[in-house]
Amino acid sequence: MSLSPTGALRHSGNLFAMALDVVRTLPRRPFQVREFIQQAWFVASVTILPTALVSIPFGAVIALQIGSLTRQLGAQSFSGAASVLAVLREASPIVTALLIAGAGGTAICADLGARKIRDEIDAMQVLGIDPIHRLVVPRVLASMVVAVLLNGLVSVVGVAGGYFFNVILQNGTPGAYLASFTTLAQLDDLWAAELKALVFGAIAAIVASYKGLTAQGGPKGVGDAVNQSVVITFMLLFVTNFVMTAVYFQVVPQRG
Amino acid sequence: MGVEICVEGLTKSFGHQVIWQDVSLTLPAGEVSVMLGPSGTGKSVFLKTLVGLLKPDRGSVTVAGRDITKLREHDLYEVRKLFGVLFQDGALFGSMNLYDNIAFPLREHTRKSESEIRRIVLEKMDMVGLLGAEAKLPGEISGGMRKRAGLARALVLDPEIILFDEPDSGLDPVRVAYLNQLIVDLNAQIDATFLIVTHDIASARQVPDNIGLLFRRELVMFGPREQLLTSDEPVVRQFLNGRMQGPIGMAEEKDAAQVEQELAQIREPTRTPGSRPLTPRLLPGPGITRPPRWEAIATREAELQRKEVTGA
Repeated sequence: MSLSPTGALRHSGNLFAMALDVVRTLPRRPFQVREFIQQAWFVASVTILPTALVSIPFGAVIALQIGSLTRQLGAQSFSGAASVLAVLREASPIVTALLIAGAGGTAICADLGARKIRDEIDAMQVLGIDPIHRLVVPRVLASMVVAVLLNGLVSVVGVAGGYFFNVILQNGTPGAYLASFTTLAQLDDLWAAELKALVFGAIAAIVASYKGLTAQGGPKGVGDAVNQSVVITFMLLFVTNFVMTAVYFQVVPQRG
Repeated sequence: MGVEICVEGLTKSFGHQVIWQDVSLTLPAGEVSVMLGPSGTGKSVFLKTLVGLLKPDRGSVTVAGRDITKLREHDLYEVRKLFGVLFQDGALFGSMNLYDNIAFPLREHTRKSESEIRRIVLEKMDMVGLLGAEAKLPGEISGGMRKRAGLARALVLDPEIILFDEPDSGLDPVRVAYLNQLIVDLNAQIDATFLIVTHDIASARQVPDNIGLLFRRELVMFGPREQLLTSDEPVVRQFLNGRMQGPIGMAEEKDAAQVEQELAQIREPTRTPGSRPLTPRLLPGPGITRPPRWEAIATREAELQRKEVTGA
């Protein structure tokens, strides 16, 4: 990848063009059900375990921080409310983003990149089959679905981890933790987080597919493509997260 | 009957590097053509441009009356159904076994029943000598088998045009001979237009009706086989004879003075064009019914042979 400004612009343009192609190809029949299920299963299988393992310490860190903070402020009764809010609103979309890009996206990129350099993608095009329709759309949808489900998983495991650390390790009272559960967080927070996860899943899969399908220069090219796809996805996801959070606060009225 | 491909003024460059420019040629319908050229002269790029995988900077590629370079994506997929392409390493789908690989185009593009697909797939596998290897994965078989499987997959949709990207690279001489025979037999059977991209001179001498030579970013010559085999153009002669002396050097090209000197060294006894021995053409095997075109070629070959025997 060249470092010239026009090169960067061209890549952004091509990436965006491919995203549009994916949207345009989405309704085309026949929908590749088999590929979709295989990919959803595949992405889920590479992400579920790391997600669960990452979200426990993530919930724990939040619980520890908030536990000591609320004690300093004398607001122990709100520790449950604050940690649920933190997990639900920020931790779970961020953990989902990290894993869907780091585990799911890399796997997609490596798979498509390997096919590209073996001429499989060219062969497919010559056989009159559009790789966007056949390969990319099922992957994007699979990654979106799995991201939404992962977000739910992270929320549950994160909150459970927070409860465990707050109640067992910091001697918080279970009653206070549970009672304050919904004082700050509301159902809209969950929907917003799921919507974020949906968008993250789409972005991660589109960037990974784009990088995979444009890989060139042999096996090293695939490695480079995977590397770039992770970096680009992370940058995009964190910016998107910021924008969506900002919009959310404007649109949805907050409690209290 | 095959389809004619008409290439006009085709130019392709990557960045500032011109691959080749102003390539114009016509691949006659139903005939076998070979595109020769030293390594790195963009032969594969040429092939990919013909099927619209790469967009040229200028020029046109007309197939069945439609200009490939100007078609929209959707129409391009339609025109590509006329093509069968054998990629260098077969380009089989790594996740599918050979049977599914070869059945893939049929399942995607036709509404044939599974039993009919099975019949066609087994017929093509038999044609390339792969019966019994249906359940193997592409990773488990040799390069030669992958090539033949790729050829079978390129054949299942009965294409009008078949493009071969270096069918002989990485194969032993015996397998190359078999593959060449297979190509000639196929041409006699299905009458499609063939283009073979290669740098194997032996195949280029035996197999095609037409030969083209890419060198120094342009098409040096394209014409009937006899014309190139008897040509006095230094590049063509050097390449077809596989010599070191001539304009082609290790690093692409040499300077003019050195070429002059080398050419002077190998001043061969001049012969009249008619008496130069031509490699006999490869003809379809005994079991193949020859269409009129191949009958004519066979008669002509037999005549040439007789002349050579009596003339010597």
